[in-house]
Amino acid sequence: MTEPLLRVRDLRTYFVTERGSGTARAVDGVSFELYPGETLGIVGESGSGKTVTSLSVLRLIPEPPGHIRPGSYIEFEGRNLLTLAPAELRAIRGNQIAMVFQEPMTSLNPVFTVGDQIAEAAIIHQGLSRKAARARAIEMLTLVGMPDPAERVDHYPHQLSGGMRQRVMIAMALVCHPKVLIADEPTTALDVTIQAQILELLERLQRELGMAIMLITHDLGVVAGTADRVVVMYAGQVVETATTPELFARPRHPYTEGLLAAVPRVDTPREQLRAIPGSVPAATEWPAGCRFHPRCPYAWDKCRTSEPPLLDAGAGHQARCWLVSEPGRRSAPA
Amino acid sequence: MNLRAWLALLAALGVAWLAARAARRRAAGTAGGRRFFASPFAGLGVGVLAFFAVVAVAAPVVAPFQPDRQLDIIELVNRGPSWAHPLGTDLYSRDMWSRLVYGARVSLGIGALAMAVALTLGAAVGAAAGYFRRATDVVLMRLVDVGLAMPRLFLLIVAAAVWQHVSLGALILILGVTGWFGTSRLVRAEVLTLRERDFVTAARALGARPGWIIFRHVLPNVASPLLVSAALGIGNVMLTEAALSFLGIGVRPPTASWGNMIADGAGQIVAAPWTTLFPGLAIALVVMALNATGDALRDALAARPSSYEEET
Repeated sequence: MTEPLLRVRDLRTYFVTERGSGTARAVDGVSFELYPGETLGIVGESGSGKTVTSLSVLRLIPEPPGHIRPGSYIEFEGRNLLTLAPAELRAIRGNQIAMVFQEPMTSLNPVFTVGDQIAEAAIIHQGLSRKAARARAIEMLTLVGMPDPAERVDHYPHQLSGGMRQRVMIAMALVCHPKVLIADEPTTALDVTIQAQILELLERLQRELGMAIMLITHDLGVVAGTADRVVVMYAGQVVETATTPELFARPRHPYTEGLLAAVPRVDTPREQLRAIPGSVPAATEWPAGCRFHPRCPYAWDKCRTSEPPLLDAGAGHQARCWLVSEPGRRSAPA
Repeated sequence: MNLRAWLALLAALGVAWLAARAARRRAAGTAGGRRFFASPFAGLGVGVLAFFAVVAVAAPVVAPFQPDRQLDIIELVNRGPSWAHPLGTDLYSRDMWSRLVYGARVSLGIGALAMAVALTLGAAVGAAAGYFRRATDVVLMRLVDVGLAMPRLFLLIVAAAVWQHVSLGALILILGVTGWFGTSRLVRAEVLTLRERDFVTAARALGARPGWIIFRHVLPNVASPLLVSAALGIGNVMLTEAALSFLGIGVRPPTASWGNMIADGAGQIVAAPWTTLFPGLAIALVVMALNATGDALRDALAARPSSYEEET
C-alpha cells in the first residue's frame, strides 16, 4: 500500500480539571493512518474522544486546560505536527489540512459576508488581492453547488439556511485545495435531506480534488455510505478498525456490535430498538481492565483486570477485545 | 449680531433638523434603527448633537465676531442678552455667542479626539488581555486596576503642573491616556466570550495569526458595546475638560472652551449670570444628548440577531 498521508501514533490529549478532581484522559493512546484519497470514518458516542482527536491533529485544543502528552506523534508528510513552530503550523492549517466544523450556525463570523470568509484562507496563504479573492470565493461557491453564487457571495451568514451555511463552511475549507479535510460531524446539525446532499457534495469534491477525508461522526449510516475504512473509538481509545464492508459484515468488538444493533433498519420487521446499556464513563476515571467491560454482555474476569491490546483479526481488521483471541466465549454471553 | 449671523444660526438649526430627519428616515429601514428611534429622546439627542456639530464646523460663518475680540471695553462689558449680542457679552467685552460657537470646536473636538485615543488604547489592551489570557492578562489587568484606583483629576493636575503650559494636543492625549481603563475592561470581557466562539476556532483552523483573528474576527464583534461606551464616554471627557479648564489647567485663555468660559464668568455669577449660564447650558445639553443617544444605541444594539434577519 502507498505511504500514509497522515499518521497518528499514540496520541494522548488530557485535560486538567478544575478543583483537582483529576485529569480527564479524553484521548488516550490513539493511533491510525489516513491514506491519500481515502475517506476514513471515525465513529463513537459522545465522550469517546473523536472530536478531541480531530482538534488535536491541528493543535486546536484549548490550552490550558488541555494538553497533548509528550510521546504523542502526528506525522504529516514526514513532519511531526506536534513539534512544529507556530508559524510552520499556521502554514499547514487551512492550506494542507483543513477542517469543517459541526455547527455551521456558529462557525461563521456574523459580521462578515460569506465571500469574505471563504476568501480568508486564500488571502492568508496565497496573498490574494481583494478582487482575486472575491472571484475565488464565487468560484468556490459554484464548486459547492450554491445557487446564485455571484449574489450569495455578498450575503451574511444569517441570510443563509443551515445547509447553505455548511456549503459555505466546506467552500472555506477547500479554498486552498488541502490534501486532508477533517470533517467533524459535518451533517449533525442539518436535517436528513440536506445531510444527504452535503455527503454527496463531499464525495464529489473528493473525486474532483483528490483529497483524503477524515469523517468524524456518531452516525453509522453516514459511515456506511461514505467511508472506505472505519475507526471505532470508545473511551478515548481505538477499539476497532477495519474496512467499511468488513466492519459491517463482521464486527469483532462488542461495542461495535452494540452500535450496529442500535441502528434502526427498514428492511427487517419492526422490533424494539436495542441500546447499549449505560453510557460512556467519565474521562477522569476510565474503568480498569477493558474500558468497555461494565457495559459488555460477554465480559468475564479477564476483562475486568487486564486491558486488551488491539488484536489482529486478519485482513487489516483489528479489535481491542479478548474475544478475538478467545472466540469461543462469544457463544455464551454472561 | 448682524443679519448674516442670524441667518447662519437659522441655517445651522435647519441643517441639524434635516440631518436628524434623514437619519430617522434611513433608520426606519432596519429593525435596529427603528428600535433606536423608539427611545423617546433619541431623535432630540441626534438633533442637538447635529446642531452643535454643524455650528462647530461652520464656526467662522456662524459666529458674528472673532471669539477673542474685545469689542468695546467701555460700553460692552458684562452686557445682558440683546439682539446684537443674543447671549450677552463677558467681562472683557467679548461676544458670548461667538465664544460659545468657537468653544464648541474646542470642547467637542477634545471630547471626540480624547475618546478616540481612549477607545484605541482600551480596545488594544482589552483585546490583548482577553485573547492571550495568562500572564498578558494578569499584567495588563493589574495595570488597569492601578489606573482605575488613581484619582484622574489629581493625575491631570500633576501633569499640568509639571509641564506648566499644556497644549491642546497634549491635553487630548492626557485625557485619552487616562480614560481607557473602563473601556479595556469592557473589551476584555467581550473578548473572553468571543474567543471561545466556534468561528474563532474556525479561523485558527484556517491558519490565521493571532493579530488577524483579533482584528478581523474578535474586535468587529465588540463594535456595538464599544460604540455605546464611546457615546457615553465623550460626555464624560467633556465634563472633565470643563472641570480642568474651570480650575485653570485645561484649555488656556484666550482660546475659548466651554469650561474656561464658565471659569471666566464665575467671578461675576451674580452681576452677569449669562456669562456662566450659557456655556453651562451648552455642556449640559450636549452631555444629555450624548447620554440619550448612547442609551438608545444600547437598546438598539442589544437584541442584534433579530435585527439582522429583518435586513434581508
